Amino acid sequence: MKRYSAFAIAREAARYHQGWERAWASPEPKARYDAIIVGAGGHGLATAYYLGKNFGITNLAVIEKGWLGGGNTGRNTTIIRSNYLQDPSAAIYEKARSLYETMSQDLNYNVMFSPRGVLMLAQTHHEVRGYQRTAYANALQGVKTEFIGPQRVKEICPIMNIEGPRYPVMGGLWQARGGTARHDAVAWGYARACSDMGMDILQKTEVTGVTREDGKVTGVETSRGAIGCDKLGIVVAGHSGHLAEMAGFRLPIESVALQALVSEPIKPCMDIVVMANTVHGYLSQSDKGEMVIGGGTDSYNNYTQRGSFHHIEETVRALIETFPMISRLKMLRQWGGIVDVTGDRSPILSKTPLENCFINCGWGTGGFKAIPGSGWGFAELMAKGSSPLTAEFGLDRFREGRFIDESVAAGVAH
Amino acid sequence: MLILTCPYCGIDADETELAAGGQAHIKRETVGASDDDFETYMFMRENPKGVHFERWRHANGCGKWFHAARCTMTLEVFGTYEAQSYEPPAEIRAAISAKRPGWSWGRFS
Repeated sequence: MKRYSAFAIAREAARYHQGWERAWASPEPKARYDAIIVGAGGHGLATAYYLGKNFGITNLAVIEKGWLGGGNTGRNTTIIRSNYLQDPSAAIYEKARSLYETMSQDLNYNVMFSPRGVLMLAQTHHEVRGYQRTAYANALQGVKTEFIGPQRVKEICPIMNIEGPRYPVMGGLWQARGGTARHDAVAWGYARACSDMGMDILQKTEVTGVTREDGKVTGVETSRGAIGCDKLGIVVAGHSGHLAEMAGFRLPIESVALQALVSEPIKPCMDIVVMANTVHGYLSQSDKGEMVIGGGTDSYNNYTQRGSFHHIEETVRALIETFPMISRLKMLRQWGGIVDVTGDRSPILSKTPLENCFINCGWGTGGFKAIPGSGWGFAELMAKGSSPLTAEFGLDRFREGRFIDESVAAGVAH
Repeated sequence: MLILTCPYCGIDADETELAAGGQAHIKRETVGASDDDFETYMFMRENPKGVHFERWRHANGCGKWFHAARCTMTLEVFGTYEAQSYEPPAEIRAAISAKRPGWSWGRFS
């Protein structure tokens, strides 16, 4: 792989940009791999990358039904933070956030990580108390956050109206080292690095069955023929239930649509990410100047990648009280992603009843921020059979009542 | 926007008038149930791409709970029926079979 650098740009400029290589190869599938990852989204590719980098497993294929990063990896609002209440969540999200800081150098691919700061607004007395508690929990976990008052909020984000009659800003949980990154670039960067290690990324290849023998996984049936493997990792988000059924087990997951929308581009007016959980909206400004707005999930199972219109109305109606200057903005695009939600709103990174088959799913509405941490922990789980990062996220926690209850701790936006 | 007909008051209700109540026809377990059965009741949910049966409440209307048969891929509604049903009525099943031959969901098909 030729490295990307300022020198490379100069070199290619001098020869009409004819020397750029394809970022990753598109090989024919082999008959057998040491490990197969189903799903070439961020989490799947990160798992493959860290299996290669940390454990030397490079005889590996990543199988993708559609195209690389074409699911929720390319559909989220790119927010990165780790200010969670529960210890297992804080550990994996903080690992992810710290890996994002060095990802561009590590992958030699600019993922445009921008640690611009994430502010979660407290707009009720309950939220004030809740976020103060989270700030104390984060201090114990070694995650740097602080609870700030309304005046400091106004200093950090001057376009905000903190005296709204219905949703006054009473403070906020400020994580200065949170931020955003370019979501596609995360998938592309990992894919390029995986391909460079000799892994096969098989796009437009649909898994149609999981083959097993004596309770062990032996391979997968795909639209391009049967492929054998020693270990199988299922990382397919909204379609996890479908794959689990092929592998012969069930998941405590339901899939719903989560929406986002972006406005027309405007001049730079907000250099942080703001999340307003009471009204369930979040807002940031992209490098192109668009205001990126995340909304709520539908209340019913749904695979349509659209979402209900009234959720947009609710989100926008509430946000324009806090951000009056965006009230005249035209919206350019709206879309939905299918998110896989578990009973306790925390992910599942686990062994399964089928030996050598592992599953990573249930990231629900907050998976992007976790990509490197999830890949790091899941790779360790697949290679060694256990990982401190994933230990609490087992599939058996529901049966045993060991919930990681972020649905209460994180409010709704998560 | 999803529109369901309330089987009690007969009104075509927008989804803003309704509250979703999750999967229908769950077999409830109680004291004495095996761990497997209790886990299935508490946490395991049907999550089909296609035909699905759900509980809904006509929250901003007559207030009654009812059941709906719906497609999660197209948002097509096959019909609604009373909450006091242990299984989907024959006419709802026939309506589904007409549009999705060979469908199955949990213990129904």
